Amino acid sequence: MAALIEIDGLTKRFGSFTAVDNLSFTVERGEVLGFLGPNGAGKSTTMRMLAGFMTPSAGTSRICGHDVQSDSLAARKSLGFLPEGAPTYPEMTVLAFLQFVGRIRGFNGRELAGRVEHAVALTSLAGVRLQPVETLSKGFKRRVGLAQALLHDPQVLILDEPTDGLDPNQKHEVRKLIADMRAEKAIVISTHILEEVDAVCTRAIVIANGRIVADATPKELEQRAPSGKLDDVFRELTLPKVA
Amino acid sequence: MRNTLIVARRELGGYFATPVAVVFIVIFLALQGVLTFNLGNFFERNQADLAPFFNFVPWVFLLLVPAITMRLWAEERRLGTIELLLTLPITQAQAVVGKFLAAWAFCAIALLLTFPFVITVNYLGSPDNGVIASGYLGALLVAGAFLSVGAALSAATKNQVIAFVLAVAVCFVFAVASYPVVTEFLSRNTPVLAEVARRISVAERYGAFTRGVIALRDLVFFASFIGFWLFLNTVIVEHRKAD
Repeated sequence: MAALIEIDGLTKRFGSFTAVDNLSFTVERGEVLGFLGPNGAGKSTTMRMLAGFMTPSAGTSRICGHDVQSDSLAARKSLGFLPEGAPTYPEMTVLAFLQFVGRIRGFNGRELAGRVEHAVALTSLAGVRLQPVETLSKGFKRRVGLAQALLHDPQVLILDEPTDGLDPNQKHEVRKLIADMRAEKAIVISTHILEEVDAVCTRAIVIANGRIVADATPKELEQRAPSGKLDDVFRELTLPKVA
Repeated sequence: MRNTLIVARRELGGYFATPVAVVFIVIFLALQGVLTFNLGNFFERNQADLAPFFNFVPWVFLLLVPAITMRLWAEERRLGTIELLLTLPITQAQAVVGKFLAAWAFCAIALLLTFPFVITVNYLGSPDNGVIASGYLGALLVAGAFLSVGAALSAATKNQVIAFVLAVAVCFVFAVASYPVVTEFLSRNTPVLAEVARRISVAERYGAFTRGVIALRDLVFFASFIGFWLFLNTVIVEHRKAD
């Protein structure tokens, strides 16, 4: 069976600047791919192209076999996407926002209510469901974004910094949630928190200046540094070499 | 169609969840009242019609409609929700038309709330209510035309002030295109353009409606005018969504 996410030669240029340079990789069902790299390395740009929001300058990406550009709607149906910063409509209540997303996803009536309730339960939002999103703390907003991405139980999840702004307990919960869902999905998460890679990812890709500089399991990566620390490997891979 | 209506419903709900709706409607009704009764000499004219009311509608819309449309896309960009909306399984055209319909329905609500003018004139005399109905239809079409212009321009910028100013300027051009000042200037220099200016003038077409004339070519004009700007809107959203 083909991989759920297939990226082939994906490139994005902004004028003369190449943000993402000929990126190719696949993600299979059951994998949680940690997408690492310094700020500006091209993580969010890659995720945006994969979600069909940005048009690549070259290359293709497929979700569940559907080309993101030419068969965009089918690809987006199989995808749950948490954009960078977890944007939501501030004046809407949590419930209204999730119902809106659910309706667009094609759910109605009892099924819609069930899906929304399930997503609310998964992300522990029950206590704030009738509050407007703008009144919520950063951690709650992030979880509303996560609930929206999980609503339709997609095969592919792309989460741009899912634990940013969460407190340690909430981080733990989200990581547990990702680990629980792993078996039947292909998940890509971007993060700056290296311990997270250890905690939830089955595989890590490090990118710098738009190119893949490492693609391995967290264990293998750790072994590359004498200290055995992911931090050191990350620095070694992404800092410009001093001649 | 279903997705279009879901987007429209969310958008319309957004107006009423914020002070936008109340402020807009109150200012619209106050301006129309002052202009009709004071500047329009509604009583002194001693005629049972709503001509003074309808004369001012395009000018009030010229000022207020861009205030609705300026946030339509610019706000989505600012909040980042455009990334969410356009990665849901809907087409860009559905999102564009949905947002437009919401704004149009909102203008229709504002127009409906001017019903006391109709009651007043019917109480004081016996007006031709057919002419009044046709005037309302014309006013709704002018609103639609201005909205479609404003929505497209809002998609072109992240800055709401720019979106507002551009929309007022462009709508103004279409409003005054048939005025003698413009057509005389044009016919002196480029006579061909004078004829074009008269034909694309929203005010000229609207004038026929306020006199009770509903001509097919005017309906076709408004339909193509709105269609053109919505098409442009879709193209702009497609090309500039990720900027």
